[in-house]
Amino acid sequence: MSVTATRQSTFLRHALLILAAIIVLFPFLWITAAAFKTQIALLMGRVLFAPTLHNFADVLFSSTSDYVRNFTNSLIIGLASTALVLFVATLAAFSLNRMKWPNWVMHSMLGWAVIFHMVPPITLASAWYSMFRPIGLDNSYLGLILAHATLNLPMALWMMGVFVRDVPGELIEAARIAGAEIPTILARVIVPLVRPGLAATGILTFIFSWNEFPVSLTLTQRQTATVPVAIGKYAQENTIAFSGMAAASVLSMLPAVILLIIAQRFIVRGLTSGAVK
Amino acid sequence: MGRAAAASDRFWRNVTLAPALALFVLLTALPLIELALLSFHDVDWAGGVSTWRSTGISHYVALAGDNLFRVSILNTLLFSAIAVTGEMVLGFFLALLTTSVGRGRTIYRTVFLLPILMPGIIIGAIWKLMYSFDFGVINEIVTLVGLTPRDWLGDSHFALASIIVVDIWHWTPFCFLLMLASLESLPDDVFEAAEIDGASYWQILRAITLPLMLPSILVTFVFRLILAFKVFDEVYLLTGGGPGTSTEVISFTIYRRFFTEDRVGYGAAMSVTTFVLIAILIVAVIALTRRRASTS
Repeated sequence: MSVTATRQSTFLRHALLILAAIIVLFPFLWITAAAFKTQIALLMGRVLFAPTLHNFADVLFSSTSDYVRNFTNSLIIGLASTALVLFVATLAAFSLNRMKWPNWVMHSMLGWAVIFHMVPPITLASAWYSMFRPIGLDNSYLGLILAHATLNLPMALWMMGVFVRDVPGELIEAARIAGAEIPTILARVIVPLVRPGLAATGILTFIFSWNEFPVSLTLTQRQTATVPVAIGKYAQENTIAFSGMAAASVLSMLPAVILLIIAQRFIVRGLTSGAVK
Repeated sequence: MGRAAAASDRFWRNVTLAPALALFVLLTALPLIELALLSFHDVDWAGGVSTWRSTGISHYVALAGDNLFRVSILNTLLFSAIAVTGEMVLGFFLALLTTSVGRGRTIYRTVFLLPILMPGIIIGAIWKLMYSFDFGVINEIVTLVGLTPRDWLGDSHFALASIIVVDIWHWTPFCFLLMLASLESLPDDVFEAAEIDGASYWQILRAITLPLMLPSILVTFVFRLILAFKVFDEVYLLTGGGPGTSTEVISFTIYRRFFTEDRVGYGAAMSVTTFVLIAILIVAVIALTRRRASTS
């Protein structure tokens, strides 16, 4: 290939990739612009407009808006279910990969995780709802935290398994010969070495909990509603307040955007772990 | 190591697995068993007390003649097949393009990661505004290129296709990311050898890249397929199953039986049947692609 031909094809490749990037980014830019428009500017489809913070103020401070409470609910449920998932999955991944279980135990645990992953969450939501209602766990933080932890456990078990297997067996053996008990080995050897794995699994678990809709929809009411539930209901009931919806959408994307900026490495590692090996 | 150490090991082995096992048994196995039992019953609520009435297999018999259920299964299959195929093809070529450019790889990857991390319901909200007949940007673009603006979500000819477009936009980046990771992990020496032998770009792609990537292509495909069958958020927000039954998908049908119509027994039968259908389909897809892989 001649130099100009190579240069042309590089140019073409970048052109195609930039086009794809524009298509990916466009809806985000459009909704962000919409969030800063007045309702009238949005309805008139104005490209040039005087930006206003009115929509954000409305969503955050108006007495009819529950948004701050929804945001707090989502944070509490996301953080608590992530902590629970990390704790349970790290222990289980260690147990299954390092404690010489018979093969069938490991296969049935992981097999069950795969099967469970195939079930549409909405089918479990109904069963959870009828289980939780008699014991007062519906419309409570604890109920949704347990539900989200369960939904994310298969993925976490899978990912933490990959990371725990990467810990050299000699390190564990050496610690045992030095007389360390299992809890010490977990705390002093395993956890420090799988920290990147914990970060990757934790960030994804949090994001998935933050995004989860069908189960949150069925297990919460007004006081415990998460952000997706609030926006989903709002959008279904209101066919008028578009600019408010745009502002709420923009605010709801902030956690994922922040995590993407500060922890992209972990997110990529988490999403691709297992699929490549 | 003595007997005491072995006993202590067994103790810790059980203790470390117990929390995960407890969550699985209590929150997945038990509910699924209850769901299966429920599918043979009707539940009446009276004064805060529920009574189960046995209905035998009548829910399943009714299900066999339920047109809405059939339509929603077909819609879900159609949706999943078209959306996932589109995502895989686009994702694969985007990944190929990205590995072939030297500079800017990380920037492209960052941008493409964005949709994967966003809540489905927000994606739905954004696209609902963009699809709006009156002020949506889609119709502005359509008018700009000289076509007729349409009510994309309100017209039964376009509603399902419109949702498929959103899903492809949402999930192509996921396929891209996994394809990219797989491409980057391929051994360089095979490609160098092929280039020295004078193989063309397309020959290398067909004879080396694709076969080497097949395992990860399969994993990604099945993974996306499973997720696509569960589609709920976007449909809930964009069309609510309408107009008519044109975007009625299975998760949404089940949701309505349980939570708006309160027919839990029938909803349970629907859930169980759906689960069995999905399991059969996934096993069939895996078997089929494995066979193709071993014969080619």
